[in-house]
Amino acid sequence: MAKIIVVTSGKGGVGKTTSAAAIATGLALRGNKTVVIDFDVGLRNLDLIMGCERRVVYDLVNVIQGEAGLNQALIRDKRTENLHILPASQTRDKDALTLEGVEKVLNDLAEDFDYIICDSPAGIERGAQLAMYFADEAVVVTNPEVSSVRDSDRILGLLSSKSRRAEQNREPVKEHLLITRYNANRVDDGDMLNLEDIREILAIELIGLIPESEAVLRASNQGVPVVHDDNSDAGQAYLDTVARLMGEEVPLRFHAAQKRSLISRMFGGGGRR
Amino acid sequence: MRLLDFLKGERKKSASVAKERLQIIVAHQRGQRGQPDYMPMLEQELLEVIRRYVQVDQDAISISLDSDNDCSVLELNVTLPNRD
Repeated sequence: MAKIIVVTSGKGGVGKTTSAAAIATGLALRGNKTVVIDFDVGLRNLDLIMGCERRVVYDLVNVIQGEAGLNQALIRDKRTENLHILPASQTRDKDALTLEGVEKVLNDLAEDFDYIICDSPAGIERGAQLAMYFADEAVVVTNPEVSSVRDSDRILGLLSSKSRRAEQNREPVKEHLLITRYNANRVDDGDMLNLEDIREILAIELIGLIPESEAVLRASNQGVPVVHDDNSDAGQAYLDTVARLMGEEVPLRFHAAQKRSLISRMFGGGGRR
Repeated sequence: MRLLDFLKGERKKSASVAKERLQIIVAHQRGQRGQPDYMPMLEQELLEVIRRYVQVDQDAISISLDSDNDCSVLELNVTLPNRD
């Protein structure tokens, strides 16, 4: 039985696609047959983050409209075994996605895969609602910043009312908080919301904490999901997150401020590498 | 700037301001969770009707829907201006 996990946030630019790519890759590296689907019709980017942008032939909309088979549209990841990507369409309008079409694609994928990761578009419109509708679990990506936290709360509201599990009165979607771009030094200085505060406000359980890291931009520049950079703090933090998604207990890392000299404390700065 | 703050001494940490603001807005959002989609529209139209007769402010109206087992109560609160 495949597990469907939506990676969502409401707000744009918080790291949904980076997280979806890293989590999907991490799950595949752990031996799970995994597919990651881009739901951002018209603004696809998952292919770029996964480094397969030049191998896209058919996409999700082609499959839904019957112009291509699922196997024609699925892209096998070159670096990671057990990992496939289903890209979004770049050109067509958002109405191309239908509830029935998405359901059929997910049902077909569920026969072959252990995990189906849905990379949601920003916002709370149709694309985002379709990405979350069939989910069993949700990873809510949140930055330690007011607008991101507020939008995450909106998304949690939608998950509890507009998902299939909610509508069928089944066990609710399991909600996980993933905090990204966390700067422990700024938290220490009192200029950034700390993880306890965010968890308290959103009242959901924390699945991972990803430090603000130079490795993330390096990874997207190269089209290699950041978990492949397993020396980096962000890569390790995503691998921890994947382990927790698989039910393992892993202690939290990267939440403590690094020791800094008096001079650097006074003048700020101090990101992680 | 940091050095200046440091020399000036304590200030209210911005993160705690953020937390307070978020707690209020999120509590408000949760109050609206699960209410029917037509509620904002209903609120707007009720306000328009009331304003035909009494001049009240835009935020002088609050509306909520509470559901028990087999009955729902639509509660409407309008703050009327003082009579002078």
